Amino acid sequence: MEIPYTISTRPDTGLWNAKVGIWLFLASEVMLFGGLFSAYIFLRLDAQPGEWPHGLLNVPVGTMNTAILIISSVTVVLAWAALKMRRYRTYWWYMLATILCGAIFLFVKLYYEWPQKFEHFGAFIKRDKLEKYEPYLGNKHAEEKGLPPRLEISGHLHNHEALADPNIKEYEIALDPVNADPANPAMDRPHFLYMPPTEKIGTIEKEDVERISSFGPWHSAYFASYFTITGLHGAHVLGGVLVFIYMWLPVSKRLYQHNPEHLANRVEVCGLFWHFVDLVWIFVFPLFYLL
Amino acid sequence: MDASTSLPPSPGFGVTSETPRDPHAHDASHEHHELGWWRKYIFSTDHKVIGIQYGICGLIFLFFGFSLMMLMRWQLAYPGQALPVLGKWLPYFFGANTMPDGKMTPEFYNSLGAMHGTIMIFLGVVPVAFAAFGNFVVPLQIGAPDMTFPKVNAASFWAFWVGGLIMLTSFFVPGGAAKGGWTSYTPLSDISDKGPAFHLIFNGQTLWLIGFIFLITSSLLGAINFITTIIQLRAKGLTWMRLPFFVWAQFVTAFLLLLAFPPLEAAIVMQLMDRTAATSFFLPAGMVVNGAPLNISGGGSPLLWQHLFWFLGHPEVYVLILPAFGIVGEILANNSRKPLWGYKSLVFSVLVIGFLSFIVWAHHMWLTGMGSTVSAFFQTTTLLISIPSVIILSAFFISLWGGSIRFNVPMLFATAFLPMFGIGGLTGIPLAFNSADLYLHDTYYVIAHFHYIVAPGTLFGLFAGIYYWYPKATGRKMNEFWGKVHFWPSLICMNLIFMPQFLQGMLGMHRRWYDGGQGWTVGGDHVWGLTGFQWNTPISWGAWIMGLAQIPFIINFFWSIKHGEKVNDNPWEATTLEWTAPSPPPHGNFVTTPVAYRGPYEYSLPGRDRDFTMQNEPVEPTERTRRKAVEEPVLV
Repeated sequence: MEIPYTISTRPDTGLWNAKVGIWLFLASEVMLFGGLFSAYIFLRLDAQPGEWPHGLLNVPVGTMNTAILIISSVTVVLAWAALKMRRYRTYWWYMLATILCGAIFLFVKLYYEWPQKFEHFGAFIKRDKLEKYEPYLGNKHAEEKGLPPRLEISGHLHNHEALADPNIKEYEIALDPVNADPANPAMDRPHFLYMPPTEKIGTIEKEDVERISSFGPWHSAYFASYFTITGLHGAHVLGGVLVFIYMWLPVSKRLYQHNPEHLANRVEVCGLFWHFVDLVWIFVFPLFYLL
Repeated sequence: MDASTSLPPSPGFGVTSETPRDPHAHDASHEHHELGWWRKYIFSTDHKVIGIQYGICGLIFLFFGFSLMMLMRWQLAYPGQALPVLGKWLPYFFGANTMPDGKMTPEFYNSLGAMHGTIMIFLGVVPVAFAAFGNFVVPLQIGAPDMTFPKVNAASFWAFWVGGLIMLTSFFVPGGAAKGGWTSYTPLSDISDKGPAFHLIFNGQTLWLIGFIFLITSSLLGAINFITTIIQLRAKGLTWMRLPFFVWAQFVTAFLLLLAFPPLEAAIVMQLMDRTAATSFFLPAGMVVNGAPLNISGGGSPLLWQHLFWFLGHPEVYVLILPAFGIVGEILANNSRKPLWGYKSLVFSVLVIGFLSFIVWAHHMWLTGMGSTVSAFFQTTTLLISIPSVIILSAFFISLWGGSIRFNVPMLFATAFLPMFGIGGLTGIPLAFNSADLYLHDTYYVIAHFHYIVAPGTLFGLFAGIYYWYPKATGRKMNEFWGKVHFWPSLICMNLIFMPQFLQGMLGMHRRWYDGGQGWTVGGDHVWGLTGFQWNTPISWGAWIMGLAQIPFIINFFWSIKHGEKVNDNPWEATTLEWTAPSPPPHGNFVTTPVAYRGPYEYSLPGRDRDFTMQNEPVEPTERTRRKAVEEPVLV
């Protein structure tokens, strides 16, 4: 028994089966990421002034990753076109390029961007103690400029042991530029280029701190959304890369020799998925890095 | 896909499938020896086997979920008393802390309530109504050899199976199964089953979430497969308006599952993050639990969960009812020997229901105080959605008018479906109004309302479908007498259980009371001679008797596989394409590729010697002049 229209198109719909299937799958993916992005909007609208952080992500690196994904979307189309022209060698190289792009994207996320966040700490100051830390927060300056209040002092935590040891009464933090020089108008807006923490050490008394945590998912609604959405997106990238690797391996060459159109269809379907993953990133990048 | 060519022949069970008419019979029997029992019946990719697997698993889960409720009914009718006999043995099964001395603890009661809802809906009704009937019947009705993606189909079943297993496992972890209700409202479900006594992952609520991810994956794969199959694999000449109504119902259901489940998956991922990665998606700042402030970032919103949950939750209601509509429509037309009345309006009603079901979800959240503008919008859409539902029900009633009705067992269940669904639907209208719902919300009235829709409604539709398509799966009929012994007590008990709950609800009795209302003032108010609390006793006895009434069905179901009355390929003298296939259909389904020449319900055509004309019977020249409505077959 043979299932009809696996490779050839059905005349009245003009489609083969997997193409219908992948578009339906993408529709459900739109709803999945749509749910997560709605949650982002919902939580962001609910946030009190000063509670939604800005400028904590590395914009140049994010821009680079965006470019890498867009390039991979181009190469996967070229790979498909090469198959349609029955040029397997060209296909093989373009597929390799796509796989490498996906791998670089994941590598940057997992070995550079994410770990950096876990090294970075932020201390939320109790509302009635904000004035005491005016040199770090610069809220008078912020108020004059009509900026949201600053509630958090962030940077690299020098004395990690203070987190667990009740005998240590203070946190020592190598301050981020915004807390090192809060009244400087250059610090009013997030910067495009990444600015590492300064040499200046800020001392914060434990009892003035409402909560201290690294920039992990537990830090705020912002980082919760960031890690959940980029995590799920990363899982999609990983899935795409694994499937592409399968299509690039010699096992697919056998399918090509047997039925080249079948392999071309498979690449087309996975390419559609890959474009979708790319498209999700086109939303992630401005929402988390820029806005 | 092409690997499916090397699959075993026999899809049904009990009867050998190779028929002398099958041109591939020789090949098939050759491969049959190579594949063996496991590939044929367990790890099969044949849509009929998967349908039957889904059906049997779903029925077992249905009975298990019902058993949980039968246990709860003891606590409601006789709160604090030891359960006789079973009460001694259940602690050995569920754990010592669940029913010490046969008395149910409040925690265990909460677990039973949450798992009853979860299991009945997501492991019982959806698998049977959508996956089992959809898998078995839809490809046959559209004249397809199988689903478009047989391996994906098998993956869907196994994802369901793993999800079900995880849900069941959660009963046996420390602390027991999830306790937050089937809706798992936050912040309660974010903080329950947490603390030193619980494992981070292996606790009831977290396992509930993980199990759900598998169930959603299963529905997603199934839904994609169904839609693609219906679009791509319709037989020649089977145009959209010649599809049986059941196929339309499944088509819309598949779209609901495809588009409504992912937002819940998003919510479940977020709750999982809340529980395992210390995020605060659903937790506002300043939460205090057991007198101690939680160390969380806050900034989350409990209402976000409700929105995302009900964005699935309401379409889900239609996932439960639409397949039953489809089944009932088929059986009514077949047994009244008349075309289904208003076929096109039925189809468009189902489509409108599908669309509207996405914009009514907030009527589950009137108590959250959304403001009058938002409430007005959702009240309007909620009332609008009742219009297509009423059209469908009316068309079904009119279909009966003037028919020569055969009251066989499928027809009994199908006709009982109509008033039962009617009661469930009409009692929903007060809940659609913000002002009335403020009083009725979370009372037994709501329980009675939706159970009238899914229990004597959908479940009767499913029983009707099982009795109706059983001969196609096995080549034998289920016993008529025992079918009636199953039907009448079930119908009476259903009403005995749910009708008094309307009264209890109108007294103000809350749906989640552990003691059945005994300790509450409103539980002592009288209605029809009994207090609200005392009504629990007849309701509980009704539930237990209904449990007994399922025994004839279970025995009949298994006994008839080998010993039922043997019947031909079309025992009900029906018109749709599945009845042109052999019973049970071989692998690949049809002996000759079917072609459809006419609509799905050509019953009692004038001038014919039989009162049914099957879809694959060509239009005769005489007929063409007499009946202008029968068009040329559209061949593609």
